[in-house]
Amino acid sequence: MTAVRCVDLCKTYCQGDQDIKALDHVSIEIAESGFVCLSAPSGGGKTTLLNAIGGLDIPDSGEVYVAGQRIDNLSKGALAELRLRQIGFVFQAYNLIPVLTARENVEFVMQVQGVAAADRHEKSTAILKEVGLEGLEDRRPAEMSGGQQQRVAVARAIASKPSLVLADEPTANLDSKTSDELMELFTHLNEHHKTTFVIATHDRRVMKYARRLIRMLDGRIVDDIDQRAA
Amino acid sequence: MSIVLRLAWRNLWRQPRRTWLTTGAMVFSNLLLVFMMSLQFGMYGLMIDNTLQVFTGHLQVQAPGYKDDQKMRQTVADVLPLADAIRAELGSDRVAARGWAFALASSEERSFGIGIYGVETVFEPQVSNIPGLVSDGRYLASNDAAEIVIGKVLARNLRVAVGDELTLLGSGVDGSFAAAVVNVVGIFDSGVKDIDRNIAEMPIATFQETFFLDGAGHQIAIVADNLDAVPEIQSRVRSVLPSDGDLLVLDWNELQPGLKQAIQADMGSNFFMYFVLVVLVAFSVLNTQLMSVLERTREFGIVMALGLKPGRLGRLVILETAMMGLMGTGLGIVAGGLLTLWFTGNGLSLPGMDEMAAQFNLPARMYPEVSALSLLAGPLVVFLFTMLAAVYPALRLRWQNPVEAMRAA
Repeated sequence: MTAVRCVDLCKTYCQGDQDIKALDHVSIEIAESGFVCLSAPSGGGKTTLLNAIGGLDIPDSGEVYVAGQRIDNLSKGALAELRLRQIGFVFQAYNLIPVLTARENVEFVMQVQGVAAADRHEKSTAILKEVGLEGLEDRRPAEMSGGQQQRVAVARAIASKPSLVLADEPTANLDSKTSDELMELFTHLNEHHKTTFVIATHDRRVMKYARRLIRMLDGRIVDDIDQRAA
Repeated sequence: MSIVLRLAWRNLWRQPRRTWLTTGAMVFSNLLLVFMMSLQFGMYGLMIDNTLQVFTGHLQVQAPGYKDDQKMRQTVADVLPLADAIRAELGSDRVAARGWAFALASSEERSFGIGIYGVETVFEPQVSNIPGLVSDGRYLASNDAAEIVIGKVLARNLRVAVGDELTLLGSGVDGSFAAAVVNVVGIFDSGVKDIDRNIAEMPIATFQETFFLDGAGHQIAIVADNLDAVPEIQSRVRSVLPSDGDLLVLDWNELQPGLKQAIQADMGSNFFMYFVLVVLVAFSVLNTQLMSVLERTREFGIVMALGLKPGRLGRLVILETAMMGLMGTGLGIVAGGLLTLWFTGNGLSLPGMDEMAAQFNLPARMYPEVSALSLLAGPLVVFLFTMLAAVYPALRLRWQNPVEAMRAA
């Protein structure tokens, strides 16, 4: 079963007088439970591809399928619903809601999903324990380290039990030890929950965790490596 | 408490100084509105009571057309028995029959045209405060005495004092020549020059005899305990009127249309001021909420990326505004209510207000009147405008693209 399928995606941005091709006829397929890294230098198109897969950005042409459903032609509301139920996001700068505690940040998404209060509490406790934040549930982001904040972001991303997690430079603000811990957490979640991970990065240490590495340059896929075989 | 409520509440206190400043503006305007409206309503009540208690009363029984023409022949027949019947029906002494005629009043030195009221000497003090304003001499003693009380200005103009005689010349109800000689027994000082210059009162029986009214009069004045009781009294008085007659029972608004118009004009100008105040507060809220939304653009982009629909975010902004608005409304009502209550007991007097107040039949010291309307109307309008001010920042989120929002600094 295919988790993500992109067919001939094109996306062009205008920057001043110049047209920049962020995606240039990109086609990929990612299997369910995949663990994929998108690697590219800055401006290579990895974030644009991630945004297109996540329904945050609509490509100029081409088709995007998530769990078999075509999403590039969905309305804004339907895309929001898709992201809420099926896709988890982890961002470079953690992007937690600063006035909510770790637990509340995780529960917030569940509340929007309509999960009952008692269930929310139970699930958030379990998820925060799974990501290694037991005992820190009532701390606000400002009271946590970068690594801990990113773990909260991961917990928030998996709170809705999504089939797909998209992570954009998740280790960019972390030291090497914390980066490794985060990637081990991703690996653990991928193996135990069968969640598909697509990670955009240019960090070589992150790439080594991926089973599949897709290299991009100037909006095109230039390499697609099965790292298990390598 | 729901996370959304917690989030909204905590968002308010991200910038506590800004929230307090905006809430403070709401509290101040609500305080001002509660106090000013209470003072205004209290002033109107006093204005109406004081104006009506001078002479008019809350209700009058008259012949049709008399209010506009005041012709001698538009009479109320058997006015004294009718006044008795009304007193019996209402169980109140605040009912008095009157007659009115124009006459030339002459002293030894001068003559002036004046309006003369024939009054029931026992009951007139119950419906008018003129008898209580006699500053020299006394008020009329009996219904058939040949005596008169006149205003201070008229006494000065005629150059008469208590004990002097006046000759009255006029027309009787049948058009015949009417004349009487009466003793000045009292001089009143109402403070209203028109009344003090043009009005005189004499006993009703003497008046009826002088002007050949044969038991008739021109009006029966009735005073109610308060304005709210007027409609009920009006219908009870109607039930006492003879079924074959076509007498009218006019209320204070029909008798003194200018009074209501003056109040409405004053309300109009005051409400314009209140409106300006409310709009200023609304702009302050708009500014606060817009700033609050703009500085959280990136955060909103993130939660939209997580799957929150813009409408839900808009509702969050509305909820934050409602919380701030409720705080401003609650504190404003309490502060305004306490301030008003204090002045309700102690009154408010501004330097130089005495003369202006007298022109409107108001005392020099004003007393606000606290009511549910004066306490809630202003703050509710402020709250409504506060919520309206949140609509634009909330709607703005609908057009926000999550990717662009996340790029915001």
